[in-house]
Amino acid sequence: MKHLVTLALLASLSLSASAGPEEDRAAFVQFFEKRFPSVAVEEHINGAYALDEDKRKQWEALESGFPPYEDAVFDGEALWDDGPYADCFGGSAAVKQSYPMWDEQQGVVTLELALNNCREANGEEALNYADYDMVALSAYIAFESRGQAINVDVPNDQAMAAYEEGKAFYYQRRGQLNFACSSCHLEMAGNKLRSERLSAALGHVTHWPTYRAKWDEVGPLHKRFMECNDQVKAKAFDLQSVEYRNLEYFLTYMSNGLPLNGPTTRK
Amino acid sequence: MPKLKLIFTAVALLCSVSLGAAELTLEERIAKGYDLAVDRNAGNCFSCHMAEGAEQPGNSGPALIMMQLRYPDRNQLKAQIADPRVRNPNTNMPPYGAHYILTDQELEWMVDFVHSL
Ligand code: HEC
Ligand code: HEC
Repeated sequence: MKHLVTLALLASLSLSASAGPEEDRAAFVQFFEKRFPSVAVEEHINGAYALDEDKRKQWEALESGFPPYEDAVFDGEALWDDGPYADCFGGSAAVKQSYPMWDEQQGVVTLELALNNCREANGEEALNYADYDMVALSAYIAFESRGQAINVDVPNDQAMAAYEEGKAFYYQRRGQLNFACSSCHLEMAGNKLRSERLSAALGHVTHWPTYRAKWDEVGPLHKRFMECNDQVKAKAFDLQSVEYRNLEYFLTYMSNGLPLNGPTTRK
Repeated sequence: MPKLKLIFTAVALLCSVSLGAAELTLEERIAKGYDLAVDRNAGNCFSCHMAEGAEQPGNSGPALIMMQLRYPDRNQLKAQIADPRVRNPNTNMPPYGAHYILTDQELEWMVDFVHSL
């Protein structure tokens, strides 16, 4: 019976292409409330650690003291102070909550894209998206934006089309192993895949860039997307590709209202 | 990657031909199935299934126990592994045969192994 309810909810999540983003978000939140009744919705910003007591203890130890993303935040602050950014972003670095943003010319504008727009408008060359300076700048902005509630907007029909593309991507099975993002982070969320606890999709975007032990560096959200695509032997897209920007747009809307908590650490 | 796999398969085929397709014992076939089951680039079965001999198993699929009793028909078991979507279109188990993750011979060994559980 519980299974049937879950299936019905999943069906309504993936088939409601005509419903608006706000209906989608409500269904998303409701799904995880039902799935994890003892976990407060806001807790999901801590990913797998919201669902696994033991892993959480190890993680808290890593986060206390000198967290491994600290250098990136400091370096990012220096870059911010020396560059044109304050002017572009209205004086404050606490802006992460508004990204991605819709733009008539460029489509979905992520924070990284906005940083490059700012550089180019001021006669500086765009940074490569894998560049340390880009990661450091976004780490500083993430840090300054901590505690802000995510508040992205789908203002018109073109924006809605991009949102729908991101949503379709999320539910599309792909790769030799035939998994969708939703297979692992909705349907199997909370399950163990070997020794890995699968985190909920809700809160997936709140803490980037993130230091990942496996990468041994701070890296952006799209790098994690690439890794999840690779895992199922599907084609990965580039950092800041249209596909991943639309995906980020959808996924961020799903986390609207949740507080930002980046940068952080993950295994 | 699929190309590499093809080459391996071709080599494997050649080997089995040159060896005169020596019959493997049941123990050997079970061992081959087990090796494929633990291999992360092949079966990776224990990432979802609890089973005897599985280290750090996941829990997205049912435990694989009493399999001969529950699947007396080999073909039915093979079909479940080759394409679980037939029985459950929304399954999260990968279609090992249909997506060429395992060859037909490998599926047979896998059935030998799973039947031993
Ligand atoms: C086969 C399973 C699988 C699939 C399919 C999958 N992921 Fe993941 N994903 C994982 C695992 C395992 C982790 C690491 C544990 C965790 O945090 O959930 C992870 C982690 C993540 C994280 C980091 C979570 C955090 O708290 O920092 C994000 C974001 C993410 N995945 C997004 C996606 C997206 C988007 C897709 C589809 C393009 C996807 N995943 C597909 C297994 C999967
Ligand atoms: C990502 C998860 C996953 C992986 C990997 C996986 N399975 Fe499954 N398996 C499932 C699920 C879920 C079911 C439950 C039925 C369904 O949804 O199709 C299942 C069902 C089965 C069944 C039927 C069990 C029963 O009680 O009727 C067998 C047999 C089986 N799997 C064997 C295997 C073998 C052998 C492998 C590796 C070659 C494997 N599975 C890999 C998830 C998985």
